[in-house]
Amino acid sequence: MSTGVTDIIRSVDDLTRLAEGHRQKLSQQRTRVLVCAGTGCIVSGSLKVYEEFGRVLAQKNLTVDVSLVSEGKAGQVGLVKSGCQGFCQKGPLVRVEPSGILYTGVSPEDVTEIVNTFTDGSVAERLLYKNEDGPACRTQEDIPFYNLQTRQVLTKAGLIDPEEIGEYLAADGYRALAKALLTMTPREVIEEVTLSKLRGRGGAGFPAGAKWNEASHQKNKPKYIVCNADEGDPGAFMDGYLLESDPHSILEGMAIAGYAVGAEHGIVYVRAEYPLATKRIKIAIEQASQIGLLGENILGCGFSFDVEVFVGGGVFVCGESTALISSLEGKVGEPRQKPPHLADRGYLGKPTVINNVETLANVPIIIRGGAEEYNQRGTEKSSGTKIFCLTGKVNNTGLVEVPIGIPLRHIIYNIGGGIKDGKKFKAVQTGGPSGGCLPAEMLEMATDFEELAKAGSMMGSGGMIVMDVETCMVDIARYFLNFLKDESCGMCFSCREGILRMLEIVEDITEGRGTAESLELLMETADMVKSASMCGLGQTAGNPVLSTIKYFADEYRTHIIDKKCPAGVCRELISYTIDAELCTGCRACAGKCPEKAISGNKEEAHIIDGTLCSKCGICLVTCKFDAVLKS
Amino acid sequence: MVTFELNGLEVSVEEGTTLLEAAKFYGIEIPTLCYNESLSPYGACRLCLVEIGTSSRSRLVSSCTYRATEGLVVRTHTSRVVQVRKVLIEMYLATCPSSKVIQDLASKHHVTRVRFKQKHEDCILCGLCIRMCDEQMQGKAIDYVGRGDKRRISTFFDKKSEECRYCGGCMYICPACQARCQGPSEKEAVCNACLNLSPPCLEHFDDVMCYMDPCVACEEKSDRACKK
Repeated sequence: MSTGVTDIIRSVDDLTRLAEGHRQKLSQQRTRVLVCAGTGCIVSGSLKVYEEFGRVLAQKNLTVDVSLVSEGKAGQVGLVKSGCQGFCQKGPLVRVEPSGILYTGVSPEDVTEIVNTFTDGSVAERLLYKNEDGPACRTQEDIPFYNLQTRQVLTKAGLIDPEEIGEYLAADGYRALAKALLTMTPREVIEEVTLSKLRGRGGAGFPAGAKWNEASHQKNKPKYIVCNADEGDPGAFMDGYLLESDPHSILEGMAIAGYAVGAEHGIVYVRAEYPLATKRIKIAIEQASQIGLLGENILGCGFSFDVEVFVGGGVFVCGESTALISSLEGKVGEPRQKPPHLADRGYLGKPTVINNVETLANVPIIIRGGAEEYNQRGTEKSSGTKIFCLTGKVNNTGLVEVPIGIPLRHIIYNIGGGIKDGKKFKAVQTGGPSGGCLPAEMLEMATDFEELAKAGSMMGSGGMIVMDVETCMVDIARYFLNFLKDESCGMCFSCREGILRMLEIVEDITEGRGTAESLELLMETADMVKSASMCGLGQTAGNPVLSTIKYFADEYRTHIIDKKCPAGVCRELISYTIDAELCTGCRACAGKCPEKAISGNKEEAHIIDGTLCSKCGICLVTCKFDAVLKS
Repeated sequence: MVTFELNGLEVSVEEGTTLLEAAKFYGIEIPTLCYNESLSPYGACRLCLVEIGTSSRSRLVSSCTYRATEGLVVRTHTSRVVQVRKVLIEMYLATCPSSKVIQDLASKHHVTRVRFKQKHEDCILCGLCIRMCDEQMQGKAIDYVGRGDKRRISTFFDKKSEECRYCGGCMYICPACQARCQGPSEKEAVCNACLNLSPPCLEHFDDVMCYMDPCVACEEKSDRACKK
């Protein structure tokens, strides 16, 4: 692996010189094509698009500069695999610079058309993003999904090649580390972070400054900085995408944290399900070490810091800090009682600071611009921005960065573009499996740590799943309990057995066996699980149940008393019938029915045998005459 | 020494003392299931919960694993603790009704019904046997396998263990498989026979002086029908 950078940085002048060199090389590229290579776009085929670009550009005799390794001759076309550009819904994304034009949904067949625009200066209108009611958007900045966001942490994501440290340097990378090492004492760094009101982005929202401060006072050495990238919430992917698209900002944040608390070792704990993120952070560490931005005596200041990567085994509970440490030490990933806190006794019994990926990515921003500027965004108790993973039944899915405290409605309707297919909004689930579901009445609520917790949900790591009227809330509670029953470590009886028992009751309700006392028992159990369990997983495991009961109690009652599922999701509570007047007797549904439950001769009304029907719904989708009814 | 508040009293204990040990020392009884003096505390059964802190910021912690800290406010029998404990015991009964230890707990804490579906599992995964094998017998023959609802206790790779010396320590300490309660039936999990006992010593002493708990030597009360 060549970094394209042979110099070793020994002082801040070296850093400036190197960054300037890379800026010049980049500026010589006449056109620069950024093909999104985030996981989402790769899945929708962006790598094929990238290869096609390489082929077509070579065919047209346009010199291709695929990396900074080359000399950077003037007039070249740069072709780069960028990190996640954020608009995953419309992938594969291709951004053309310097014009900033963003093409969406690009397939290999479209490449020639795009390349042709480089020479004549035109735009491939067909591939531009179009607003439902507005004109086509040329650049990223024209698209509401982007321009309504406040991209502070994600500024570089998607605009640089994450596998090239030179591009990060050219974008003022590692300047914050230089500033901290050269002009600030460790105490000043901690004070700046404390003043910035930066709170942990991993879920609990613990003030980062306080965490660092506690660790900095420990005499015990060595100390460790651990980056928690064990992001396991269904529907959350910002940590993975940050590592994929801007890994150096996390390394920079870790090094600053190390300097502040007096730690010389860093560990990135990344889950096994993130192979691309693992690869890119490893490349980043290798490149930063090669030019001396990690390792011994960084920038000649006498501060040493190295980082290694640890790949977890894919256990959700290992995102909990004490379980993570246990896993790092080679033991079973099981949480333990705090105190002692990790700042006191962490990895190998030594003082350890664990910060989430996104938290660490915020650190260079704070150091570079100062706490005062950072405080311009966010709320009084929590400054800065938060990245949400907007998914579910919303028009625009993807990574969304907004100032903390912005109303839910802004995220879902303005940035997210509202609910898919014009359906009605029902609920939004925030904070992952341990979060809660909030109804339409809460849309005006500010998304900050306190407000979300008050409403019975949580900020969590930033998952945001939007649901429409066709979602059954009891079924959602069942889904999350099913996830948690597998992912509880199983140590606390309250959590292990409590989740199982809640699932048992909820399953009874969805299958029509709910009784009058089911709800009461469910709530009592949920409260017990929350109160009695030791770690964060158990202490929030009751949230999916409690929040859905709190806001959608009627839906539960309909399931229990009327034995009906209003959303038509719970199979045991719905039935399919055929309207004899509408049915033309075409036999189409009967042919598709996997259970052979539909009988009736050709051109006669068909009948569904309820005893055979497995309620798969294929007949409903198949019928062209709307004769199949779901009730 | 560490000074903290225990049920409104200012008490002092040596540094490193757990809340459970402190409470025991000061004569406050806290029920336990996975705790044994001679083994390291684990905190799996959650029965020894106590409430720490005050007002809205209070929380429940397992007293066997939480060490006393200076100025800590601890309450051992708040309504929250009692309520949570009752649901826990109900869930224990619903899971492993044949354990006499659990049946005794149920009677003592007046858990007289089970609203969950009845299961008949022997192991409650308290981990006493694992710690017994490791810490007292230096065996390390068994440990937990799996996580979540698939957690169980087994030998390594489920193979016949070469470390096991058949000492029987694991069975001796097990609250589920050693002391069996004969009361519960397949359908009715709650025995509660102990609830029907009245201490005969009351006539002699006016107050209960008995330290046996529960006192098995006591006679049955005649006006309440015993299930057995």
